[in-house]
Amino acid sequence: MSDTDLRAQGSEDAERLSSAPVDSDGPTGIGVAGWLRWTWRQLTSMRVALILLFMLSLAAIPGSLIPQTSQNAFKVQTWKAAHQGITPLYEKLQLFDVYSSVWFSAIYILLFISLAGCIVPRTWQFVGVLRAAPPAAPANLTRMPVYAAWRTSADPQAAVAAAERLLKARRFRAHRGGTAVAAEKGYLREVGNLLFHLSLFALLAGFAWASLASGQGGKLVVEGGGYTNTMTQLDDFSGSAFYQASDLDPFGFKLDGFTDKYQTTGDQIGSAREFTAHIRYWNGADPSKLTAGEIQVNHPLEIGGSKVFLIGHGYAPVITVKDASGKVVYHDAVPFLPQDSNLTSTGVVKVGDYGQKDGQKVQLGFQGFFLPTAPANFGVNTGPRSLFPGDADPALVLTAYAGDLGTDAGSPQNVYQLNLSHLTQLQQDGQIAKVKLKPGEGWTLPDNYGSISFDGYKKWATFSVSHRPGNSVALAGAVLAILGLVGSLFVQRRRIWVRAVTTPDGRTLVELAGLARSESAKIAEELAELAVDLQDDAPALDEDEPAGADEAAGDEDDEAADEAVGEAVHETAGPAVPEPADPGSDPADNPKE
Amino acid sequence: MSLLTSGVNPHLADLSNKCIWSATGVYALAMFAHMFEWTFGSKGAVARRSVEQASLAEAAAEAALPVPGKAKKVTVTVAAADGGTTTLTRTALAGAGATVVTSGRGEAAVDGPGAAGTSERADLFGRIAVSLTVLGFMLNAGGVLLRGLSVLRWPWGNMYEFSCAFAVTMVGAYLVLLALGKPVRWLGLPAVLAACLTLGMATSVLYTDSEQLVPALHSYWLAIHVTAAIICGGAFYAAFATTALYLGRESYDKRKAAGLAGGPFRIPASVFERLPATATLDKLSYRINAMVFPLWTFTIIAGAIWAEAAWGKYWEWDPKETWSFITWVVYAAYLHARATAGWKGRKAGYLALLAFACFLFNYYGVNIFVTGKHSYAGVG
Ligand code: HEM
Repeated sequence: MSDTDLRAQGSEDAERLSSAPVDSDGPTGIGVAGWLRWTWRQLTSMRVALILLFMLSLAAIPGSLIPQTSQNAFKVQTWKAAHQGITPLYEKLQLFDVYSSVWFSAIYILLFISLAGCIVPRTWQFVGVLRAAPPAAPANLTRMPVYAAWRTSADPQAAVAAAERLLKARRFRAHRGGTAVAAEKGYLREVGNLLFHLSLFALLAGFAWASLASGQGGKLVVEGGGYTNTMTQLDDFSGSAFYQASDLDPFGFKLDGFTDKYQTTGDQIGSAREFTAHIRYWNGADPSKLTAGEIQVNHPLEIGGSKVFLIGHGYAPVITVKDASGKVVYHDAVPFLPQDSNLTSTGVVKVGDYGQKDGQKVQLGFQGFFLPTAPANFGVNTGPRSLFPGDADPALVLTAYAGDLGTDAGSPQNVYQLNLSHLTQLQQDGQIAKVKLKPGEGWTLPDNYGSISFDGYKKWATFSVSHRPGNSVALAGAVLAILGLVGSLFVQRRRIWVRAVTTPDGRTLVELAGLARSESAKIAEELAELAVDLQDDAPALDEDEPAGADEAAGDEDDEAADEAVGEAVHETAGPAVPEPADPGSDPADNPKE
Repeated sequence: MSLLTSGVNPHLADLSNKCIWSATGVYALAMFAHMFEWTFGSKGAVARRSVEQASLAEAAAEAALPVPGKAKKVTVTVAAADGGTTTLTRTALAGAGATVVTSGRGEAAVDGPGAAGTSERADLFGRIAVSLTVLGFMLNAGGVLLRGLSVLRWPWGNMYEFSCAFAVTMVGAYLVLLALGKPVRWLGLPAVLAACLTLGMATSVLYTDSEQLVPALHSYWLAIHVTAAIICGGAFYAAFATTALYLGRESYDKRKAAGLAGGPFRIPASVFERLPATATLDKLSYRINAMVFPLWTFTIIAGAIWAEAAWGKYWEWDPKETWSFITWVVYAAYLHARATAGWKGRKAGYLALLAFACFLFNYYGVNIFVTGKHSYAGVG
């Protein structure tokens, strides 16, 4: 290590107004223990914290570019189908689950270990600092970054007492020892810094709690329909270790109506403007005590321990199917699923109880499009497409199938798809039988299968029912983190020393010196103001040359200076490194270069 | 069919568009004025404000003061960042109660003279540029305000509106620094340049008519979260420009010390000579970044609270969330770097540039190239 390195490190200590860990360069001690200690020190060093932070940001990138299972499993499937070559490698690297992957977790766990290893000792050290008096004045104050001095005829003790009073009035922690006062202010910086880092743990705890004890379910409800929060009624449910289907909060609601409004003019035509679900709900076991409520996007309804969110919406045509004898074999509102932003929707009607035709058991299936605003004619290639998401001119387009729906096989079926393997599409005049219906219209099916009518339509809405504890912990962590940051970044920690000594000529030399974080220029002004105030009690003698200037320029006091720095440093940090005194160009004064 | 009365005042919307167009033009003029300032400024002798000069100024100031009589006077020696020392003198007139600062801050005054150098013509252009910038700023802010009034909502519901507001805060950050009396006219060119580009992009590529918002944005969190994000954007940009200039000046100083002629990237030496000293630039960029970081933290947290209300989960690693997080972590790394031996200065500067690049990508890149849940993009 060269001379300059030594000096740099020594000055680093002299400037220490924070308990940031000091990086060490090589293993200390011997054998395994030494290496372990070295590894631990490395892990809890600022340099490694910096590198880990950098790695964390890098590691977060792939998850924003590759579809993630946790967000959109369907998109992941499509992506995998489109990139079959690379998919196995991606799967092995957990690139579809980046944020729960081994490598991502490893980085943030290491970071938090590093943080704990850094924060705990720093906290104790800081408590020690708070309990001890501010570090005593170094022997040679001229070496401090800001310095002022003058001669006075006032008594040294009186001058020092006045300085202590003034510093205390400025809310410094001041401590008088002999002929000097040591004072320090701005502890909130360190408090804020520790608070910020500690609250990161609160955030993490909130996250962990949420992921261990939350559950979320989805449910589609048609206008006029109802929902009870039980497993059998949910369309899907994802729980966690401590929140299972049996823990679902008891409540339910009825969807009385759904309002949707859209932009009708301009370049944003068709943009949604309002979605509101009008419901009546109950909380607890008694479904007869109903309260009216509204759920909007951004405005979920909290019922019991769950929140109900409005997620999606669409149309459900009301359909009646009659057999050849005119008997009603099917009547229901069938939710169709939106395919585009104009709510072109597709769906199927499964008539499982059609009964017999020509002595044989038959089932009917219909496949269709619902268009809230239908064009006059469909494009040849595009097929039926809605022009606008609102129901300005609704139409239902249907084709029909007969045969076996496959629903009796017992295996669960997708209600939005027909299993065509045992179905035959009905034909008319040698072509596929197809119809476009307006509300109220009906269609007589070919081959004497009876009729289907499009009675009208209802709207439906999907809701997400979510139970997530731990939010308040995370929020508290977040708020404390911000408060801590503000303290840490806006408060200056600084020290001021005042010494008054009798000089050989019988007068009193008053010396002031200050030390602050390098980013601040305010310390000089603060010191100047203090000095001006102090001159009330210790007026400067009329001199051409301000006293102390010769000392400030001189280098004669080398040994003493080194000791002084050592002393000042010793309060917060390890051993002082001897360094040549050279106030003008010493890196001590210049921590940034 | 449920028709919504459009709820848009077309006159105000139109006026807003005109304001934004004019602001773009005025910023462009300000940009040219600044270019003239830099060009003519290079012709004048480049004088550095040296320590000697500073103390001469002090002496002059002191001489101008009434004879102190029983005045209290204190001179503080300040070790400067570049190794030299400066002094700061305070005088209090007896009985007057007030203290008078006779010299500025205790910083080494080795900053360059600014874009205009010592040329009066350049200085005139600089003043014109600042006036034009103020005018452009008022038009720009007016445009944003009128856009908001035309629909009676916060005017940042899509990328066009967001960009217009972003330009306001970018130029605003610069004007605030000027108004605080900081000698930052050298920041004028980067500021109006970026404002011009942002507004040009907004009016040409990102434009959408003034309309009401999609339900996903019906939330008071729009006001809180997005306002904070916009302010962060403007201030981060100011810090970015300062950091970039710091890095340029730093390599110029190194080249000069090594006896090489000219600046890095073939930029003439006189440009760097007129910039503030590295220490000044470095300090300013750190201060801005450090000021904004808590606000950026708040922005992300406000976004998370909003997400909780809108989607049921406060954090889902949506691309926008992810890139906000990445930006935040890189800025945190930058702040760490500033406090870590061996990482100060240049390396920390690179981190600050990287952090701003992440911020920009989060805004343009994620909105345009990555599909997520954030619905305000409204491009095309
Ligand atoms: C979990 C990730 C972390 C984040 C997001 C983070 C963030 C921050 C931020 C934003 C600051 C700036 C505030 C200031 O300058 O006072 C800071 C400062 C600091 N951090 Fe961290 N930090 C993290 C981990 C760590 C770790 C692991 C350590 C210990 C090795 C550490 C030690 C410090 C220290 C000592 C400072 C104060 C530096 C100074 O005195 O200026 N941090 N941190």
